[in-house]
Amino acid sequence: METKPKKTFRCDIAFDECKGCSRCVEACPRSLLKLGDAINMMGFPAAVYAGEGCIGCGACYYSCPEPGAITIVEITED
Amino acid sequence: MSEKIKLGRPAGFFDVFERRPGAIKKNMHYCPGCGHGVLHKLIAEAIADLGITHRVVLAAPVGCAVFAYYYFKCRSIQCAHGRAPAVATGLTRSNPDDVIISYQGDGDLASIGFNHILQAANRGENMTVFFVNNAIYGMTGGQMAPTTLPGQKTQTSPLGRDVLETGYPIRVCEMISQFDAPVYVERCALTSFKNIMAARRAVRKALQNSMDKKGFSLVEFLSGCPVNLKMNAHDMSEFIETKMTKFFPLGVYLDRAAEREPIVRAEMNYDADKIKSLLYPEEIQSELGDYKCSSPVFDKECRVKISGFGGQGVLSLGYILAILGKQRNFNVSWLPSYGPEMRGGTANCSVVFSKSHIGSPEAAENCDMLVCMNQPSVEKFLPILKAGGVLVYDSSTVKLPEGAAKDHYVYGLPASDLANHLGDLRAANTVMLGAIAAVMADNFLDDADKANLDTAMIEAVREMFAKKAKAADINIEAYKTGKEKIEFKSVPKA
Amino acid sequence: MNRTNRVLLKGNEAAVYGALLAGCECYFGYPITPASEIAHASARLFPAMGRVFIQAECEIASINMVMGASAAGKRVMTASSGLGISLKQEGVSYIATAELPCVIVDVMRGGPGLGNISPEQADYNQVVKGGGHGGYRCIVLSPGSVQEMCDLTMLAFDLADKYRTPVYVLTDGMIGQMMEKLELPEPRPRRMPPAWSLDRNVSADNWISSIYMDPVDLEETNRRLNRKYDEIREKEQLVEEFMMDDAEYAFVAYGIASRMARSAVDELRKQGVKIGLVRPKTLFPFPENALRKAVKNGVKQFFSVEMSNGQMIDDVRLAIECARPVALINRMGGNVPTVEEIVNRTMDVIKGGK
Repeated sequence: METKPKKTFRCDIAFDECKGCSRCVEACPRSLLKLGDAINMMGFPAAVYAGEGCIGCGACYYSCPEPGAITIVEITED
Repeated sequence: MSEKIKLGRPAGFFDVFERRPGAIKKNMHYCPGCGHGVLHKLIAEAIADLGITHRVVLAAPVGCAVFAYYYFKCRSIQCAHGRAPAVATGLTRSNPDDVIISYQGDGDLASIGFNHILQAANRGENMTVFFVNNAIYGMTGGQMAPTTLPGQKTQTSPLGRDVLETGYPIRVCEMISQFDAPVYVERCALTSFKNIMAARRAVRKALQNSMDKKGFSLVEFLSGCPVNLKMNAHDMSEFIETKMTKFFPLGVYLDRAAEREPIVRAEMNYDADKIKSLLYPEEIQSELGDYKCSSPVFDKECRVKISGFGGQGVLSLGYILAILGKQRNFNVSWLPSYGPEMRGGTANCSVVFSKSHIGSPEAAENCDMLVCMNQPSVEKFLPILKAGGVLVYDSSTVKLPEGAAKDHYVYGLPASDLANHLGDLRAANTVMLGAIAAVMADNFLDDADKANLDTAMIEAVREMFAKKAKAADINIEAYKTGKEKIEFKSVPKA
Repeated sequence: MNRTNRVLLKGNEAAVYGALLAGCECYFGYPITPASEIAHASARLFPAMGRVFIQAECEIASINMVMGASAAGKRVMTASSGLGISLKQEGVSYIATAELPCVIVDVMRGGPGLGNISPEQADYNQVVKGGGHGGYRCIVLSPGSVQEMCDLTMLAFDLADKYRTPVYVLTDGMIGQMMEKLELPEPRPRRMPPAWSLDRNVSADNWISSIYMDPVDLEETNRRLNRKYDEIREKEQLVEEFMMDDAEYAFVAYGIASRMARSAVDELRKQGVKIGLVRPKTLFPFPENALRKAVKNGVKQFFSVEMSNGQMIDDVRLAIECARPVALINRMGGNVPTVEEIVNRTMDVIKGGK
């Protein structure tokens, strides 16, 4: 019996493209996002990802008003 | 282990926003948390996924989305405030295969440009309207919008919107969905993930309708303006979901795309011969060839005023004389009375002939001939008939006052009665034409011109009734009757 | 069956014929007397060629539909009169700034306010001087006959394309309503969508806009537009001169008023007055060269003959830099000056010596 390759997800946040509106923070069903302490080049505290646990649902991505601030990456383990 | 991007910068956006001035080229100009950004992303993703970036033309509004053309990888145009649906109409009618997006805010769509959106919807223009309703004017700094909620404080409703003073929020989806023409109307909210996913489906459905040429689709998005409403992301979504949706319920208001046939617009025809056959009339061969009248009366302006009731063919009578002038190589002008005067039951026209320059086309003074087909005409226009000029009147309808026209040559005939006897009262004007021909022969024409006058007149009548041979025959009969029955009444007394 | 290009048409109809012969592809308009025959003829003739005709919901919509169609790469026309033109001005400013070509026919009626539907020429200022907001100008052609309603409408499309700017055909209720014979020109070949347009075959991502948030950019846009207007002034002045060779006096008149003025020249010449007529066929650019030449050739007194409250007279004075006196001979309110009036008024001025 073939086993399905295991898939995990990661939420990449482009530090300088985030306006710190916290819509993603509100949207994440697993509460994996928060606004960080560092201020980016536009003057906003960018959101940061907790580092693990992303299920790739896209809630943060679609809630985010910025074109490329959030990227959801799908990782497939061989 | 391998990685791929599941969700990233949508391909419907430019990679770098080169059109945006300043240093920031990856982000849009919207405030933090703005719903426009969320919607822009849904649109950019959809036009890329649907493979239509090359078919889309975006009409951008005045309002916060004024710079939408910085961002989308498609053709775009920035429109005047509220006018995007009209511009979009021009776009879609010009190039029906394009997918036209009219992107508008609440002030733009539901206030200054409200008529345009209603009319475009009612015409069923093949376009997709994305309507962002955030209950406030954003770009101008937080004034009351047509969709501002009762009691909501804005810069121009500082005590809260008073419905007794400013009315109630305007419900656009409810109104548009009453029309017969639109195919799809839905209201969504750019709030929770679930609502955003519903909005994503609506965006795609509307665009699919435009791709399929199904007609007018409108999607309204209840959207956050956290800066002007002074709310954080959480409160903004709560405001929309609890307060705004009370006035603006979410859902599909209209969806008749499935049963609607695609709009088929005519192909533009550029064939030169086709244009000529449309605009150039068929040439009528004249027995007289290229005959030019020789009577000296036409060396300068010869002015004729014709007047009577509307319906007596006064304008047509002048028109036949104008045709005559054209056929015989005169300069000729014909000027009707127009507007309310015409619709009020009287009509008059001026015809001026000349072999040289024609100044005024209005026979307002120094007329050579006055043709009156009713009583008021005599009173109104006799003063403009020059001394020694010719008056011709319809004695069935006109009683010439005692002592009138004593400076003129006067002719009369019962044109209306004669036409009635011929079986068509409408031919009174060509009876009059016959009279005019006789008068012209008597007063104006040299022998050469007299000799072929009937031929010329009859050819003019035939051209007038070019597609109606039977009518032409009746009117030629009427012409002959008029010419025969004309009665000479008096000469100038002086 | 042979066809003839010799026809009798109303001025308003001739503009539509000219438009179609010039390859006009779209007409958008709103009914208004005395311009409505343009809409009537367009409604009949445009669809017969697969072209677009829409009766817009209002004047504002029609000019914005024009903007859309022009942007889409089509030759496009609208028409109106006085108050309708006032409503279109916002759109014309956008179109001029976005540098889109289009043709607008203004069949002037009596004003101001609701006024009346008789012919007047009092849209001169709002059409010739720009009219809407901002520092733009439009080319303005002024036909004096039905033949020119056709010919100058065709020319209007070419100039609109050449300079990427709105072009007005400025006429009046009398020329619009009157019928004359004319010879129809040959149809022009199709004008293909220009490289700047939003036609999908010429570009995937062209954009058209009139917003320049940076004052430096907007100033440069203004300067670019004004360089264009200077070029138009230099190259496009059109005028008809009548009996000007030995003229000591000159009428300046356009449109319907020029026809009465020309008859008045004939009359005054009979009385021994050496007078001629300068008839501008372009009002922007105003035919300054012809007027300056007239000064040089000995004209000592000008008369601005117009059906308005002294609007064109300012341009006459400016053109000759006030080197000679300019008298106003005018009627307003929908009255057309008679030849007799013009002759009498002229003689008054000549005899009065001022």
